[in-house]
Amino acid sequence: MKGGGRRVAITGYGVVAPCGIGRKAFWDGLNGPGITGHRSIEIADWDPSPYFDSPKESRRADRVEQFAVAAAAEAFEHAGRPAVDTDRFGTIFATGVGGLRSTQDQIEVLIAKGERRVSPFLVPMMMPNAPGAAISMRYGLRGPNETICTACAASTHAIGYAARLISWGMCDAVVTGGAESAGCSIGVASFGNMTALSTSGSSRPFDVDRDGFVLGEGAGVLILEEWSAAEGRGANILGEVLGAGSNADAHHITAPAPGGTGAIGCMRLALTDAGLEPGDIGHVNAHGTSTPLNDAAEAAAVSEVFGPRGIPVTSTKGVTGHALGAAGALEAIAMLLAMEHRSIPPTAGTTSVDPEFTIDLVVGAARSWTPAPSISNSLGFGGHNGSIIIGPV
Amino acid sequence: MDQAMFARFRKCAVEVLSVSEDQVVPEAKFGDDLDADSLDLVELVMALEEEFGVEVPEEDLEGIETVGQAYDLVVGKL
Repeated sequence: MKGGGRRVAITGYGVVAPCGIGRKAFWDGLNGPGITGHRSIEIADWDPSPYFDSPKESRRADRVEQFAVAAAAEAFEHAGRPAVDTDRFGTIFATGVGGLRSTQDQIEVLIAKGERRVSPFLVPMMMPNAPGAAISMRYGLRGPNETICTACAASTHAIGYAARLISWGMCDAVVTGGAESAGCSIGVASFGNMTALSTSGSSRPFDVDRDGFVLGEGAGVLILEEWSAAEGRGANILGEVLGAGSNADAHHITAPAPGGTGAIGCMRLALTDAGLEPGDIGHVNAHGTSTPLNDAAEAAAVSEVFGPRGIPVTSTKGVTGHALGAAGALEAIAMLLAMEHRSIPPTAGTTSVDPEFTIDLVVGAARSWTPAPSISNSLGFGGHNGSIIIGPV
Repeated sequence: MDQAMFARFRKCAVEVLSVSEDQVVPEAKFGDDLDADSLDLVELVMALEEEFGVEVPEEDLEGIETVGQAYDLVVGKL
């Protein structure tokens, strides 16, 4: 990563998703069947109680924050405690919409019962920075604590920025990632009426019959540490953040730039940042939302950067749904798991790759591979693009 | 003290403050004994207003420190 020259180790991660809670269940889920019959997929039977001291505390955390603290608990358990000054331990977190459920619930209370019944806890429940604030308070992290809200690119941007703070020397460790829980009725109606959601109830990335995404939810949290400090404490280093790219389409509030020009530029920025050539990359974890426009632009971009059918591409959204601001974190974790298991999960839900696309999509079954640096793309409404390159140890 | 009435009050306190029933006694202090801060009290008063069908203006909460004081305040509005 350009800038400070300090290397960035990934030493732990945690995940909460509809296809699995915890890294083992999540990996099984990534290799499981795709979603069918849902416009929005939620984590079934979610129980926040293990992560909070009392029902009072959990009730005052929006579901998005509950997911974040649960994933953080697993990540810290996985990483062990980084041996760094807490003043130099940052929290760079992400969400697309923050506490939308609480906002909707309390607007309903306002309309039904009047102003005097609106919860005094709504503000700290709805504010998008609440998940990051909660994590820093739990672990006593006094370094920079910022929340990035670049829609579906948010957690990829967060991981990239978190890594850069370490590379630049401003932090020695950062907890990063993203959380989302927007599947309340206003969320589903909003995404549905803009025709982003699948009318057939399945996410089928890059399929000729793709018709939109299934709204997902969840959280992914990663612990990043300055490499030599991680080595020095004997941490189990799981991967390295090699580079990150961030740019803007400057084109349209929801539609991607034709030909994926923004995504092309973004992937090239990440490659340059990592000091790598396209041929050094072993696998693309695509944004692959399953919308007609995103997948066309992204397929064109991947073909342009890596050559026609030049690299295995997968999208995990067939099983995770689209977790918006958490998507990039879930997908960074999916890449780390693909390295650990030496297997690229298939693009669930997809059966017939759009013949217009010249990409080597992993479909049908997982593909064995020799772990190599991998790139994950996240392309957000607003024209926000993010790419991150993670390398195996 | 009307025991049936106090039981309704106690039920609200148990739910809102995540405390056990035997903690909700008249002499219990919200801050020291029930770990409740000022916003917890606002939420408790909302629940009590719903339960008892009364309205407790915010200024009436000044100086309310114990369960017994809060109970008397709410019941006094009936």
